[in-house]
Amino acid sequence: MSEVGWMKVNVEKCMHCGACAGSCPQNAVFLHEVMLTFSNACNRCGRCVKICPVGAIIMGAKK
Amino acid sequence: MKTDYDIIVVGAGPAGSLTAWHAAKKGARVLMIEKRQEIGAQLRCAEGISRKGLVKAGIPMDKRWVCAEMKGARLVSPGGYELKLDESHAGSEVGVVLERHRFDKALAAYAAHAGAEIRLKTAATGLLKQDGKVVGITGTSFGEPFRLTADCVVGADGYESQVGRWGGLDTTVKLSDMTSCFQYRMTGLKTEPDFCEFVLGSVAPGGYAWVFPKGDDTANVGMGLLGSKLKHPGDAKMYLDKWIKSDPRLNCGQPLEAVGAAVSVSPPVEKAIADGLLLVGDAARVVDPITGGGIANGCLMGLHAGQVLGDCFQAKDYSEAALQTYEKRWRDDLENKLWTNWMAKEKLVTLSDETLDTIIQTLAQCDITEMSVHNLLAALKEKLPELVKDFEDMI
Repeated sequence: MSEVGWMKVNVEKCMHCGACAGSCPQNAVFLHEVMLTFSNACNRCGRCVKICPVGAIIMGAKK
Repeated sequence: MKTDYDIIVVGAGPAGSLTAWHAAKKGARVLMIEKRQEIGAQLRCAEGISRKGLVKAGIPMDKRWVCAEMKGARLVSPGGYELKLDESHAGSEVGVVLERHRFDKALAAYAAHAGAEIRLKTAATGLLKQDGKVVGITGTSFGEPFRLTADCVVGADGYESQVGRWGGLDTTVKLSDMTSCFQYRMTGLKTEPDFCEFVLGSVAPGGYAWVFPKGDDTANVGMGLLGSKLKHPGDAKMYLDKWIKSDPRLNCGQPLEAVGAAVSVSPPVEKAIADGLLLVGDAARVVDPITGGGIANGCLMGLHAGQVLGDCFQAKDYSEAALQTYEKRWRDDLENKLWTNWMAKEKLVTLSDETLDTIIQTLAQCDITEMSVHNLLAALKEKLPELVKDFEDMI
């Protein structure tokens, strides 16, 4: 499990499809080919958690 | 000031390549960048396209990227009722199933042969702006940061679409206008090899399940679920696994490839242009909201974008006013249908399995010679007046 900004990503589940990036209303998720990063613009709305086809994103602890 | 390129296209999918191809053909210095290491991979697509879609976008049919030619499509209701649409009903809407990794490379090769430069493993990370106008990009190429100036930047960055938002264009999609998708390429199936299959209803809440044949006993087997109907993380894969397990034509097969993706099923963006910036394809949210198909619309948009940018290059004017020609051309071609199909989708996702059964049964009994929203509604009017009521003005 890797913690990237506000969210936790299960890198063994993640298929680098970008579903989370395109679904983010804050444009806070960026897919670097095979690695996700979340910027400070993330407001923990949880849409990426919902849309991920394999459930690889988990809401991280509030910072 | 001399720029590094006339046009930088971000994303080397079909829409980006068509744009690069047609702009380069008119002499513009075009750079197309792709953040992945291979064009056309990894797959994020069910690979179906209508023959008509290819013709409209001016793409000559090439056996090297056609994987399987379809005779028609089967629409299956939740209760197993079936509407078979063959060439006599659907005509040129009947399609082919592509080999996307070859198709995308072939289109990029057209762009390259027209003079466009291509860089792989090269991502845009932001836009350069001057006095409110886009004047280039920042990015990384094989991990090395760079800045490149251009007179116009094209956002062909697909569903992930960040270029548009960096440029102030609203490409945000509502949860009820996006689908979470999962697909396996499977082999050893007992499905029909030359009919695409669409299964409606609660098997894939708010979306549908599909089988798109890939030759012999192999097919793309997948489904898309509407964002607003998702209950648990990973629902798309879970529902697909459940469906495959329950269907004897599918559970005898084995997977060769797994694909995850999200697809927008929204109306198109309100604005696809700004000073020195335009959007094409999925980035402009032009995926058909009923079918979830985006290749044909993306290609057509890329054709228009490339041609208009070629003119902009010759006139040395990439202002928003000059790009209006592009905005008008693609909207004339696509906008009405996208809105109509979006409204139809909004209705479709509210229907119960029982109603879907009635619809498919009714349509199967009518002889619809030409598939269109208009003809479908007309055929349903007698049996399901309540359903058709909201769409009365379209009949």
